[in-house]
Amino acid sequence: MYQHSRLNKNNLDILQKVKNFDYILLICILLLGFISLATMYSTDGGQILFHTKSHFIKLTVFTVMMIFFSFINIKYWFSIGYLSYLGIAVLLICTYFFGITSSGSKRWIDLYFINLQPSELMKIFIILCLAKYFHRMKLQNVNSIYTILTSLIIILLPMGLVIVQPDLGTSILIAISGIAVLWFAGVNYKYFIYTLLGFVISLPFIIAFLKPYQKLRVLSFLNPDRDPLGAGYQIIQSKIAVGSGGVFGKGFLKGTQSYLEFLPEKHTDFIFTLFSEEFGFIGSAVLLLIYAIIIYRIVAIGANSRSYFAKIFCYSFGASIFVYITINMSMVLGLLPIVGSPLPIMSYGGSSMLATMTGFGIVMSSRVHNQQSIA
Amino acid sequence: MISSSSDNVTRLNSINRRMFITSSLKFFIMVGIVSRLFFLQVKENKKYLTLSDKNRIREWKLAPVRGEFRDYFGNVIAGNFEAYQLHVIPEQVEDFRYVIYRLKDLLELSDKQFNKILKRKRENKPWETLIVSDNLSWEKFSKINNHLYDLNGVKPVISISRNYPYKEDFTHVIGYVSQANEVDIENTSIIKKNFVPGLKVGKIGLEKTFEEKLIGSNDIERYEVNAYGRRISQLEFQKGERGKTLKLTIDTKVQQLANELLKDQAGSICVMDIYTGSIIAMHSSPSFDPNLFVFGISQDEWQMIRNNPMKPLLNKTLQGNYSPGSTIKPIVALSALENGIINPNFTVRCTGKTEMYDQTYHCWKKEGHGYMNLRNAMKQSCDTYFYEIARKLGVDKLSETAKKFGLGKKVFGNLFEIEKDGLIPNTQWKKNVLGKGWLLGETMITGIGQGYIQTTPIQLCLMTAQIANGGYKIYPNLVINEDNSEKLDKFIPLYKNSKNMRIIQDAMFSSTNEVMGTSYRSRIDNIRYQFAGKTGTAQVKKITEKDRELDLKTFQIPYEERDHALYVAFGPYKQPRYALSILVEHGGNGSTTAAPMAKRLFKLVIDRHELRESIKNKRYMDI
Repeated sequence: MYQHSRLNKNNLDILQKVKNFDYILLICILLLGFISLATMYSTDGGQILFHTKSHFIKLTVFTVMMIFFSFINIKYWFSIGYLSYLGIAVLLICTYFFGITSSGSKRWIDLYFINLQPSELMKIFIILCLAKYFHRMKLQNVNSIYTILTSLIIILLPMGLVIVQPDLGTSILIAISGIAVLWFAGVNYKYFIYTLLGFVISLPFIIAFLKPYQKLRVLSFLNPDRDPLGAGYQIIQSKIAVGSGGVFGKGFLKGTQSYLEFLPEKHTDFIFTLFSEEFGFIGSAVLLLIYAIIIYRIVAIGANSRSYFAKIFCYSFGASIFVYITINMSMVLGLLPIVGSPLPIMSYGGSSMLATMTGFGIVMSSRVHNQQSIA
Repeated sequence: MISSSSDNVTRLNSINRRMFITSSLKFFIMVGIVSRLFFLQVKENKKYLTLSDKNRIREWKLAPVRGEFRDYFGNVIAGNFEAYQLHVIPEQVEDFRYVIYRLKDLLELSDKQFNKILKRKRENKPWETLIVSDNLSWEKFSKINNHLYDLNGVKPVISISRNYPYKEDFTHVIGYVSQANEVDIENTSIIKKNFVPGLKVGKIGLEKTFEEKLIGSNDIERYEVNAYGRRISQLEFQKGERGKTLKLTIDTKVQQLANELLKDQAGSICVMDIYTGSIIAMHSSPSFDPNLFVFGISQDEWQMIRNNPMKPLLNKTLQGNYSPGSTIKPIVALSALENGIINPNFTVRCTGKTEMYDQTYHCWKKEGHGYMNLRNAMKQSCDTYFYEIARKLGVDKLSETAKKFGLGKKVFGNLFEIEKDGLIPNTQWKKNVLGKGWLLGETMITGIGQGYIQTTPIQLCLMTAQIANGGYKIYPNLVINEDNSEKLDKFIPLYKNSKNMRIIQDAMFSSTNEVMGTSYRSRIDNIRYQFAGKTGTAQVKKITEKDRELDLKTFQIPYEERDHALYVAFGPYKQPRYALSILVEHGGNGSTTAAPMAKRLFKLVIDRHELRESIKNKRYMDI
């Protein structure tokens, strides 16, 4: 029994755990946090107002939480995979019935001490759930009809619950997170190709079923000048802000577009626009570089993890984060229609940050416990 | 265990392969986003920078300062004054209801005015200035200033607005300004260019004609604004140009006298320099106060002006087509002389009436004048004599001379859009317009200025001036600085023989200064002021036999049926310098109503001649 000496590493002491930390990842996250705070300060017009304060508190609390999560053994994360998924699904159902209605959609649930957006958390916990599902599965079983159907149900259930809120953007992101897991778990290429084909063919029908405001967004994406003061306004103003930034930007707190309130949703989805206007091409490139390093570290942690679960989680989480960033940036740069999708860490919003930080926490936990195997 | 571990290996291979594919994909997408950023921020930077500036900078135009009108001596006749206004920016007022009701009390606003303000407030954005009152009296303005402590957000403002100090004296010359309406903006590009809400533009008269020179250009304020159009900070203030000041040839003193003479009567007076064509006075009565229009005239006042039977809105000097009556006789006589039809000794016997072409033509003097030569016929205005020479002359030759002397076409050309042509008939005209042949009887009544012939008072003035200056063409003008130097240099003779001009002048002299002359009672014996003229009495309706039998006095006839009284004259006779024409609508008789006015006018005009000349000489010395 004692030959399994390596299993004793199960119980690493605190010092060992701290030593195992991925400091590059941590520094990048802290750096990103600092940049987001500065940007938030700018959106408040160069004053410490509500958004800056609130963002600072959330950032502090969730960073501490992330570090705390790093110390939790990866096998515990494994064990709560299904439970957490079900818990959030229940929250989504509750949201449907008791959610807080704001600007025409029910996305928030009042948990007495905090207003939570369960759909944001689902983006992370669907990865956890599916990673657990595929952890023990043999490769030849992965492509069985039963497995595919089960995993599709796991994806479609929260998707449906989020679509009815209605929140098309988040439901797409949840689906992408799920699909990322299926991809890394080894689901046959042909399924992805067929799905893609099916999607392209059914696109016109999907558009026909879209709600009028969603249709408008698609149309105004295709031609923003169609209605420059209405639906196309956001895209046009966002492009003006980014484009007028130039190589070096207009300078910190000097972004006229945001300062003069031409930018829509500058705290949340369009925060990159403001950053880009003030810091220019160089600043934006640096920001992208930080994100790239974070993703690279997540993937590297996955590659060095002993357990298959941690690997799948890290890879999928890395891919999801990448997709969130890409979709958000493409949207504000006028490459994609506008779907509500925050920029991880940068955007204002507690639930999104909670989810992202939880993800980082699990990734960090995989790193700290990278020799942990899960039976 | 082995199968499980080999399965693990394939699983690891699969996941690593897919990781590699994913990473490559990520790399390309990242490159895509960076190049998009590069495209927007570096390549297209200029375009978006411009768009961003367009977004944030907005211009505010302020009303330009309008140019003034001055008379010949530099007195301001249409100027600008500081109007006391009250502005409120609703969003800066804590309790708008309280403030506005307080203002209502203080300004003693009527409910109608008050509701108008509230309506405007609802239409405006809350940060747009609301003009509560655009022209306050000094008393009210200072009252508001005393109560400012409890009128938070109310701003007393001093703004510049049009003022006509001489009230109705110049209305028919310079017109008036009022708020620009859509038609003004559509039709005049300079108004469109300089338009700001509340801009006042010329509606009639010279104010309208010289809009382009008077309007000036806007002050421009450039502000940084936010997405909702609220001003954040002022970036620039660009001073506009004040409109040009226009100097008129009119002498205010004479103009005022003209207004005084025609008080309570409908009519027109114009006085002209016979060499330069400068208008010394030009008045149409009754007139109205142009200041009423500057801030919008009230309905009651408008109705009063509109419904006045003497028609104050009509510029009688330029728009009034009247039969010239006997004032045409100098031209008829001149035409006959010029065409060699008669010589000055040509004599006709007047018996009071002439039977011709189955009709009776009456002379104004029932008992007749007896034997008349040209000079006597002019002096006593013998109709019979002029029937005869008109008949001999023919209407076509007469109309040719009349047109040459400025009758039947606009005197000021395009200067006033309301000016009328008048009408000098001839056979061709009647054929073309009425489709009938000319009757000889019509020639005869044309000879005494009745029938189809119609002239405006300004045309009669020009005609007289051109007779007075010895028969040379002049170009009437109202505005100095207008480039008419080329016109001034050319004196084109209108006569064939200058002796004929002197005969006519002499005949007009006799009419005023010799016993039996029609305006003998209005003469001035002092050589300095002595003038020569011709009276006229234009019938408004045909005189029937019954009327002749009744032979009523003027005051016994209903107002609308009384004759128009006319008088044209020039003076001083020895060295003629000024010509005038007077018309009094339904004034009865030229010699009793119109001619006495000339006496007072000549006295003033000639007294002021030296002063006028001194200004002119000084003007040349300045150059």
